Amino acid sequence: MTLDLKKIAESYRAKVEDRRVIVCAGTACVANGALKLIDALKAEIEKAGISVRVDVHEENKTKKDMYLSKSGCHGFCQQGPLVTILPEDIFYVRVKPEDAAEIVEKTLKNHQIIDRLLFIEPADGKHAKSHDDIVFYKRQKRVSLKESGYICPEDIEEYISEGGYEGAKKAITSMTPDEICKLMLDSGLRGRGGAGFPTGKKWQFTLVNKSDVKYVVCNADEGDPGAFMDRSVMEGNPHAVIEGMLIAAKAIEATNGYIYCRAEYPLAVKRVRKAIEDARSLGVLGKNVFGAGLSFDIEVMEGAGAFVCGEETALIHSIEGQRGMPTPKPPFPAKSGLFGKPTVINNVETLACVPLIMRNGAEWFKKLGSPTSAGTKTFALTGHVANTGLVEVPFGTTLREIIFNIGGGVTDDQGKPMPDGFKAVQIGGPSGACLTPEHLDVPIDFDTVKAYGAIVGSGGLVVMNKTTCMVAVARFFMQFTQSESCGKCVLCREGTKQMLAMLDDIMRGDADEETLVKLEELALAVSQGSLCGLGKTAPNPVLSTLKYFRHEYEAHVIKKKCPAGQCKALCAPEIDPAKCKGCTLCAKKCPVNAIEGAPGKIHKIDSEKCIKCGVCKETCKFGAVI
Amino acid sequence: MTGQTDAKLEQVCKIIEKHHSDGSKLIPILQEIQEVYRYLPEEVIDFTARKLKVPAAQVYGVATFYSHFALTPKGKYLVKVCNGTACHVKKSIPVLNAIVEKLKLSEGKMTTDDLLFTVETVSCLGACGLAPVLVINEDVHGMMTPTKAVAEIDKILAQEAAK
Repeated sequence: MTLDLKKIAESYRAKVEDRRVIVCAGTACVANGALKLIDALKAEIEKAGISVRVDVHEENKTKKDMYLSKSGCHGFCQQGPLVTILPEDIFYVRVKPEDAAEIVEKTLKNHQIIDRLLFIEPADGKHAKSHDDIVFYKRQKRVSLKESGYICPEDIEEYISEGGYEGAKKAITSMTPDEICKLMLDSGLRGRGGAGFPTGKKWQFTLVNKSDVKYVVCNADEGDPGAFMDRSVMEGNPHAVIEGMLIAAKAIEATNGYIYCRAEYPLAVKRVRKAIEDARSLGVLGKNVFGAGLSFDIEVMEGAGAFVCGEETALIHSIEGQRGMPTPKPPFPAKSGLFGKPTVINNVETLACVPLIMRNGAEWFKKLGSPTSAGTKTFALTGHVANTGLVEVPFGTTLREIIFNIGGGVTDDQGKPMPDGFKAVQIGGPSGACLTPEHLDVPIDFDTVKAYGAIVGSGGLVVMNKTTCMVAVARFFMQFTQSESCGKCVLCREGTKQMLAMLDDIMRGDADEETLVKLEELALAVSQGSLCGLGKTAPNPVLSTLKYFRHEYEAHVIKKKCPAGQCKALCAPEIDPAKCKGCTLCAKKCPVNAIEGAPGKIHKIDSEKCIKCGVCKETCKFGAVI
Repeated sequence: MTGQTDAKLEQVCKIIEKHHSDGSKLIPILQEIQEVYRYLPEEVIDFTARKLKVPAAQVYGVATFYSHFALTPKGKYLVKVCNGTACHVKKSIPVLNAIVEKLKLSEGKMTTDDLLFTVETVSCLGACGLAPVLVINEDVHGMMTPTKAVAEIDKILAQEAAK
C-alpha cells in the first residue's frame, strides 16, 4: 500500500493551531536556559487560562488556543534563547524565564510587542520585529536551513506537511536510478563536506557496481572546529537528511544506511535517532518503502573522537570497528567501501539539499549558485564578528557581504564594534587558509578560493580582528592537525610535529629567518607526502599565513616582537609604576593571584604565575597595565 | 567490593550480548562499557577481547586511538574547555589555564587526586555562538572568562563540601 503523504499533511494542518509559540531548543539555546523558559511559558500560559498544547502527538484531538513547540537551531546562537510567535512572526531574543509572564500578558493576550525583547540592529540601533526585519536573516538565502527554526524536529508529520518525503516518494515510485543520478548531475550539486565532488557522479560510480548489499553513509562527523551547520540541520530538520539518504538509496540501489555522527553532538544524535524511529513506524524506512520494492534502513553510529574519521576511508574503518586510519584510493568506496561493498558517502548538508532538488528541480537549484558551484552554502560565521551564527548564502557571495553586511562587522574581544579591526578570516577549518582584506570582494565558490590557497571546506568562517597574532593562529591549527594525525604517513606524523616545534620556537623568540625557510619547505613536503586530505591540507594555514602575513613572522624572528601583543614570551603584561594608583582591583580580579601589592602601593605582576589572560588590563581604570 | 565488580562485569556481558558479540561493533561496545566504569580498565579490555574473539591488541588499539576512551579513571566532574577555532580566538586558553591553576593540575596530570575533577580540552562543541564555551559534565556554560570559569569550579567545590 502506498503511503498517502498528502493525507498526513492535511490532517496535520487541520489539527495544528495557528497561534504558535516556538522556542529554539538547539544546543546553544538549551545551554542558555531554553528548557526552563519553555516550562515557564507553559506555566504562565496555563495560569492565564489559555489552553495550550505542548505535544503534537497527544491523543486529545480538540484544538487548543495555542501550540507551544520546540524548534531546532536558528543559527543565531549568540542571541538565544530565541522565541518566535506565529502567525505574526514576532521574534524575541535573549528571553529569560522571568520574561514569560510579560510575553503571555502583552503579546499573547493583547497582541502587543515587547520592545525590550526585540533584536536591536547593531548598525542603526533600530528594533527588528521579525526575522525578515533583521539584516542577518534578510540578506541570507535560506534554502536548506529554511525549516530549521520553525518546524518541530521531533514531529515527522510536520515535516510531511511542508512537503517532506514527497521527493523520496517521487524518486522511489516513479524514477529509475539512472534518472535520479542524472537529475543530481544536472543540478550541479557538489559535496558540501569539503572536496566539492559532484554528487551525481559519485552516485553513478556506485550504481554501476552491482552487489547484493550496498551502503549509503551519511558523514555527520563534523570535526572542523568552528563549523556547526551539520549539527544545526540534524537538530533542526533531521528528516531532511533521512529523505536525502532514501533518495540516494534508490539511486544506487542500496540496502542499508549509516549515519556516523560525532559524539560531541548528543542532541543531534538524539533527534536523528527519534526521526529514524518515527520514519520506521510510518513506513518510510524499512521493507518495501512506498510499496515500490525498495528496502532500506538506517543505523546511527556515534564517533569516538577522531577528526580523521571525517575522511571517508577512515570513517568506513571506524564503522567496521577498527582504528580510523585512511587507506589508499583506489579502490574507491564506490567499488569497495563499507565491509567491502559499494558505498556512497555524503555529508549532511549535501544530503539535506537532495530532497529540495527532487521537489523543485535541477534548474531551480542551479540558478541559485555561481556558474561552477550550484546552490547555496551554509557558512558558520564566528570569531570577532557582531552577529555570529549560521549564514546560508548562494555560492558566489563575497566575504564582504557575509562579514560586514550579514555579520554586522568586526568586533573586539568584548563584542564591541571595531570598525577598522578586520585583519583576516580563516576559511575552511584546519585544512583552509587565512584570507585578508584584499580578498573581501572575491565571490566565494569551490573554485575561486582555490586560487588563493584556500578551500570552502565545510564552511567555517572565523573572523579575526587586529589583536589576533597570525603566527599563533597558524600554530593553533598546526597543533590541532598534529594531535589528530592518525600516524600512518611519516610526513604527516613527524612533519606536523616538527612544524609545530618550529612555530613554538618562533613564538618563543628562539627562531631566526632560516626557520621560516625550513618551515615553508617542510610544509610543502607534508602536503605532498601524505595520503589523505588531513595531511595534504594540514600545512595550508601555515602556508597561507606565511604568504599573506610574512611581515608578522618576520617581526617574531627578527625583531623578537609579537605585533599583536599576544605571544607570551615576547611580551608579558607589566604595570606602569607612574600610572598605578594601588587600587588593588587588578590583584583582586587576577584569577591566578599573580599580582602583588597592597592598597596605595604600586602593584607588580609575577611573570612566572601570569597566564596572560588580560583581565588586569581590562580591569585597570588608569591604563597602568601595558 | 567484589560484588560490585561482578555486577559491573555482568553489565559488560549484557552489552556484548546486545551487540551479538559482533567485532565490528567494537566502538559502540567500548563506549557503553566506558559508561559503566567511567574508563576502560585493562582487565575489562582483555575480557572484551576474549568475548569478541579478537586479539586484545586490536581492542587496545581502538581504545587508544580514539580520544573519548580513557585508560585511567576520570573525575566525577568532567570539565571540558572548548578550544575550537571560535573559542580559541575568543581566548579559551586563559580560561583553561585559570582552571588548571585553580585545581593545581598540570600538563600530564589533568585529574585531581580526589578524583573530583578531570579537565580536558575539546576541539569544538558546535556552540560557537557562545564562545568561549565550557562544559561541566552535561552543562554547557557559554561566554566564559577566567574569572567566571573559576567561579563555576568554586560553586562545585562548595556543593561538594556541603555534602
